[in-house]
Amino acid sequence: MAARPYSVVIAALIGALLLCASLWATRAYAIAPEQMPTPQLEARYLALINGFRCMQCQDESLADSPVNLAADMRRQIRDMLLAGKTDRQIRDFMVSRYGYFILFKPPFVLKTAWLWLTPGVLLLIGVIVAVRVIRQRATLVATDVEDNDLTDA
Amino acid sequence: MSRARFIVPLVVFALLVVVLAIGIEQSPDKDLIPSPLIGKPAPEFSLPSLTDPGQRVSSTQLRGHWYLFNVWGTWCVSCREEQAMLLKIKQSGIIPVVGLDWKDDRDDALSYLKAAGNPYQTVAVDQDGSEAIMWGVYGAPETFLVSPQGIVVDKVIGPITEQAWERQILPRLSVSAAPATAARS
Repeated sequence: MAARPYSVVIAALIGALLLCASLWATRAYAIAPEQMPTPQLEARYLALINGFRCMQCQDESLADSPVNLAADMRRQIRDMLLAGKTDRQIRDFMVSRYGYFILFKPPFVLKTAWLWLTPGVLLLIGVIVAVRVIRQRATLVATDVEDNDLTDA
Repeated sequence: MSRARFIVPLVVFALLVVVLAIGIEQSPDKDLIPSPLIGKPAPEFSLPSLTDPGQRVSSTQLRGHWYLFNVWGTWCVSCREEQAMLLKIKQSGIIPVVGLDWKDDRDDALSYLKAAGNPYQTVAVDQDGSEAIMWGVYGAPETFLVSPQGIVVDKVIGPITEQAWERQILPRLSVSAAPATAARS
C-alpha cells in the first residue's frame, strides 16, 4: 500500500519529463518551419541562420528568434540561397548592413583583433606571474631551511 | 620591494575596474550599434509611393540634395513621439524628410498622416520589410542623413531629439549645404 504513492509520483515525474522533452522538440521547429528544396541548401540555410544574431533580441540567433525582423531576415537569406549566392556573399551582405555585430563568430580583422588576442595576452600574463611566484617560492624554501639551520646552530 | 608587491596587484585591479566600468557603460546597447553604412553609398531603391501607389519613389530622384530617410510605421510607438520633431524639421525648410513606411497597413498609414500631420516630402512603402534590411534597420524609428551625392553621412537610432538635430544633423548641413541653412534666416 505504502509503495503506491511513490510509484504515482515517479510516473508523474516521468510524464512531466516526457512532456518537457516533447515541448523542447516542438520548440526547435516552431520558429523555423521554412523548408529548402534540397538537403544541401537546408543544411547551409540552418548553418547561416544559426550564425547570425537577431538584431532586436541580440542574444538569440536568427534561427531562434520569433520576432518579425528575424523572419524577414531569414526570408532574405533564403531568397539569396535560392538565387545561388554563396555563404560568403550572404555573410558579406549582412555584415555590410549590420556590421560584425551580427555575426556570433566575428572574423579576425583589425577591428576585432583585441577580442581574439585578449584571452591569449591574459593567459600569458598568468603564466608569467605563476612562473615568478613558483620560482620565488623555491628560493624562499631554500633560505628558510638555511635560517632554520642557523637558528638551530 | 615588498611594498611594490602589494601595489602592483592593486594597480592592476584598479585598471581592470576602469576597463570593466567602461565596458558596462558602453555595453552593446540596442541604441549604440554603429551603422556600417555611414560613409558608404545609400542603397538604391525604387518603391511605390504611399500617397500615390501608381508613382514610385526612387533614390535617383533624390540625388542632388540632402535628405533625411526616416524609417517609421503606425505600429511604432516611438515614431509617434518623434512626429512633432519631424514636423518642426519640415517647417524649418532646411532638409526634406523622405519616409519609409515599414511593414505597415496602407490605410492606417494614410489616416495617421492625415490626423497627425504629414512631415514627409514623399513616403516610400516597404510592404514586406526587405528594403529595411537593405538599410540595416533593426528598429523604428531610424533616420539616415543622405548627402547630395547619395552617401549616408550619419544615422540617428530612435526618435530624433533636439540634441540629435543640433549636434548630428545641422553641423553636417552647414558645412556642405550652406545655402539651405541661410535660406532659413
